[in-house]
Amino acid sequence: MTAKERLFWMLKYTIKRVLLAIVTVFIISAITFFAMNAIPGGPFAKEKAPDPAVQAALEARFNLDKPVGQQYLIYMNNLFHGDFGISLKTGREISQIISEKFAVSAKLGGMAALCAVVLGLLLGSIAALCRNKWPDRLIIFLTTLFVSVPSFILATILLLVFALQLKWVGVFSTDNPNYVLPVISLMLYPMSYITRLTKSSMLDVLGQDYIRTARAKGVRESLVIAKHALRNALIPVITYVGPMVAGILTGSMVIETVFSIGGLGTEFVRSINNQDYPMIMATTIFLAILMVIATLLSDLVYKLIDPKITFD
Amino acid sequence: MNNADRLPKKNLLSLQIDLSKFEKATDEEKAQHETMRESTTFFKDGMRKLRKNPLAMMSLIILAVLVISIIVVPFFYPYSYEQMITVNGKRDKTAKNLAPFTYSKMEQKAIDEGQKIFPHIFGTDELCRDYFIRVVYGARVSLAVGLFASLIVLVIGLVYGSVAGYFGGTVDMVMMRIVDIIYSLPDTLMVVLLSVVLNQILGAKLQGTVLAKLGTNMISLFVVFGVLYWVGMARLVRGQILSIRNNEYVLAARALGAKPGRIIKKHILPNCMSVIFISVALQIPSAIFTESFLSFIGLGVQAPMPSLGSLANAARGGMQSYPYKMVFPAIIICLIVLSFNLLGDGLRDAFDPKLRR
Repeated sequence: MTAKERLFWMLKYTIKRVLLAIVTVFIISAITFFAMNAIPGGPFAKEKAPDPAVQAALEARFNLDKPVGQQYLIYMNNLFHGDFGISLKTGREISQIISEKFAVSAKLGGMAALCAVVLGLLLGSIAALCRNKWPDRLIIFLTTLFVSVPSFILATILLLVFALQLKWVGVFSTDNPNYVLPVISLMLYPMSYITRLTKSSMLDVLGQDYIRTARAKGVRESLVIAKHALRNALIPVITYVGPMVAGILTGSMVIETVFSIGGLGTEFVRSINNQDYPMIMATTIFLAILMVIATLLSDLVYKLIDPKITFD
Repeated sequence: MNNADRLPKKNLLSLQIDLSKFEKATDEEKAQHETMRESTTFFKDGMRKLRKNPLAMMSLIILAVLVISIIVVPFFYPYSYEQMITVNGKRDKTAKNLAPFTYSKMEQKAIDEGQKIFPHIFGTDELCRDYFIRVVYGARVSLAVGLFASLIVLVIGLVYGSVAGYFGGTVDMVMMRIVDIIYSLPDTLMVVLLSVVLNQILGAKLQGTVLAKLGTNMISLFVVFGVLYWVGMARLVRGQILSIRNNEYVLAARALGAKPGRIIKKHILPNCMSVIFISVALQIPSAIFTESFLSFIGLGVQAPMPSLGSLANAARGGMQSYPYKMVFPAIIICLIVLSFNLLGDGLRDAFDPKLRR
């Protein structure tokens, strides 16, 4: 395949994927909107016996008296004009809330994702290079253990042992944000997964002919590993990283709750319980877009760097 | 063979016939020539490999012991999972948060009077209920959730994937685009949203039916699995079928006039069964995880009924004073999930045709 053809296929593939991503975001928004409206009651129903006139006025103010389909259209129209609306519970601008909460979640998630990838690649390579020796066995034992514990149990145990009993690290608080334990508990699962993925793909690569050729040419062993083996072993890991980042960002609500960090995940659960419609919609759409972009990017990078991929 | 000593010793280049080579074969030798090796089926061979894998066998044994004990124990265990401990028919309010193998004041008094009281192996919880039996029931619920959810995923994924894979063309294209979209939904968000919605909607509709006993949370959990998690299985099945469909024996069956349903059932599915079962074994821990996650945010099984996730979550509050309440369900969850993971890995090593040499 010539370079020009390759570029053409790449472009076509990208357009296809972007279209699919847009459709996905729309479907998510529709599912969310109609699902949350199917919950009996409403954002103003829980307050202590409000004056019917006041309630009617509130509902009219937020268009809640119109049919659901029309509400959806109004909402999407506002969204296209960059208006997320205001939270029905707190009355604050939603875009403000999201940017504030997301800063916390992104910091936590970003650190966790980075640690997971770096440590995962490192441990996976060590395990593959020391195959069937004690470092390999230890790493595989630990990673198998880590993927078998639900994150909230792991987080609680870490909190209890290291913060409360041994007092090695401080507990997270707003004045003194200590991200060590939250990041560790958030990254252990993806790190373990990446370790196992790297190990198996590394073993696969190390058995290839081009590694033997490189060694036969007299290339230094460190260079063989870094340049020839690791680079090729990275390919399957990349496909996992995109969904992983998205998963960490959306799934951090458990860790956020355990360590009482006010992030986007906590905000989402709270908004569902409050039936704060615009807030639910905004968080879902925001996270969905993030997730779709992350997956899209990792798939595109995967297609770009893997020479074996054919476009069909 | 055995009378070589009776013959004279042969010279190096002599043409003298070696008589031992012309002896009649014994029955044993004849039998050896008939079958070089006992013929094995795919299944037997896989089982042989599985039996040689110590980790997989150990997890199988652990799972068997766990399953048998959670079925058998409630039949003879003197306490129930939802009732306060009673001594001589009176509610024992002193039996709150007992440590493992200790007795409350009332029980101690009864023991001093000569009564026999069954020890609280795991202690008691904050509502004076025996904790061991709650953990047993919790394990029951968690395992049942895992198995049923995987079964739902298996059935939907199998039907959908085989239809898409077998018919191909436009049908396949449309069906797989739907899968792509569901696959890219942010599952954590959707699980939370759907559970809340379904809880509210189903709660009213299920009242008075048999399903109400299961609890709306449980039903909505299964529905969520049926809606969201089947896509991975559907993709797997479709991929398998696409690769098997082009084999000669499928062409032969089609040439003989077999109907699509028969070809799928008789020729294609048996050939991809192993891969599918491995993926089911690995699906169970993920279902148990999802259940414990939902328990964590308060959407798990209904109140008196425990699950391992909800027990561990309830124990988070008194974590510093009563760490054992966290430790026991946590260990059981780990054991179950670890065993299923290791068993799944073992099954893959033993049965996956791609890894077979």
